[in-house]
Amino acid sequence: MQQPRILEIRHNILKKNDQLARNLRAQFQAANVCVVDLVSSPGSGKTAFLEETLRRLNQDFRVAALVGDLATENDAMRLARSGAPVKQIQTAGICHLEAEMIANNLSDWNLAELDYLFIENVGNLVCPSSYDLGENFRAVLLSVTEGEDKPLKYPTIFNSADVAIITKMDLAEAVEFDKDAAYASIQSVRPGIPILEVSSKSGAGIDAWLAFLKSEKDKAERAAAAQSSQSTNA
Amino acid sequence: MHELSIAYSIVESAEEAARNAGVTKVKAVNLRLGKLSGVVKDALLFSFDIAAQETLLEGAKLNIEELNVIAYCPTCNENVELPSVQIFRCPVCNTPTPTLIQGKELELTSLEIDDENEQEVTNATATHS
Repeated sequence: MQQPRILEIRHNILKKNDQLARNLRAQFQAANVCVVDLVSSPGSGKTAFLEETLRRLNQDFRVAALVGDLATENDAMRLARSGAPVKQIQTAGICHLEAEMIANNLSDWNLAELDYLFIENVGNLVCPSSYDLGENFRAVLLSVTEGEDKPLKYPTIFNSADVAIITKMDLAEAVEFDKDAAYASIQSVRPGIPILEVSSKSGAGIDAWLAFLKSEKDKAERAAAAQSSQSTNA
Repeated sequence: MHELSIAYSIVESAEEAARNAGVTKVKAVNLRLGKLSGVVKDALLFSFDIAAQETLLEGAKLNIEELNVIAYCPTCNENVELPSVQIFRCPVCNTPTPTLIQGKELELTSLEIDDENEQEVTNATATHS
């Protein structure tokens, strides 16, 4: 029997998304806007956390948010109470945001007029991990009510994150949250990742989160400046 | 579950490559899938058959080569294969290994084409259109 002919391809399946994400990243960098992708399971407190973040940042910075959900505008309406411009992306059943959806929803804003842009991903600990959105960094949220071993159950998304945020700390005692176990799980799947603890309700830990945001923004600005001086010298 | 949209992307890429090469019938699609790609092998296999319907890939087999996670161990100063995706530590010296070398791949590597059927299929397509 004749051997089948092999046609070599070597094609990254997510190449289209990755390319769009690279374009977005360049666009964000040129506009000097720091972009944060928030991921977590449904109900871990992303919207409350973002609402508090926007409310606090809105005093000194120009901020905006894109929020992804399968359906409804509820989260956008909640977030708009912070005073920041917010846009809802309804994915119509798609379980994650893709770079194309971000690109298609930026036209209302002048990016150069923003300091921070937050992207609240669809509540899902699996699918969003594969899709780069051009963000500066990805923050994964874990609430104290979810179980300390969640990072071990969903290692892919925790491994892809740049900072882990433990939410609902005001409930920690009531649900007998084992902080050491949670830290160990997170560090096991992503050694060295910074971990923050917050309560969006009481505001505890939000200052440290805002300081983290500021340091990431400064870092991005330094990198952009170094890159532009390098290209000027070249 | 985003495997169906991934499957459609695979079919789209494979079909484009096949067309460019003048191929009309693909026998198998070979894919490399890292264990940290975020894609579930079984769900992808299931979705592939659906996505391949009414394309050049209809009836083709999807061969998935699963890739273990490889990380760099700064203590051993070499790349090590991790036995578990839950423990990012060197299996030799137990040092944490945050630097990933392999494991996120989602790559279409090649297509297998059955040249024996090529002529026959080309004729069938011609008659059909």
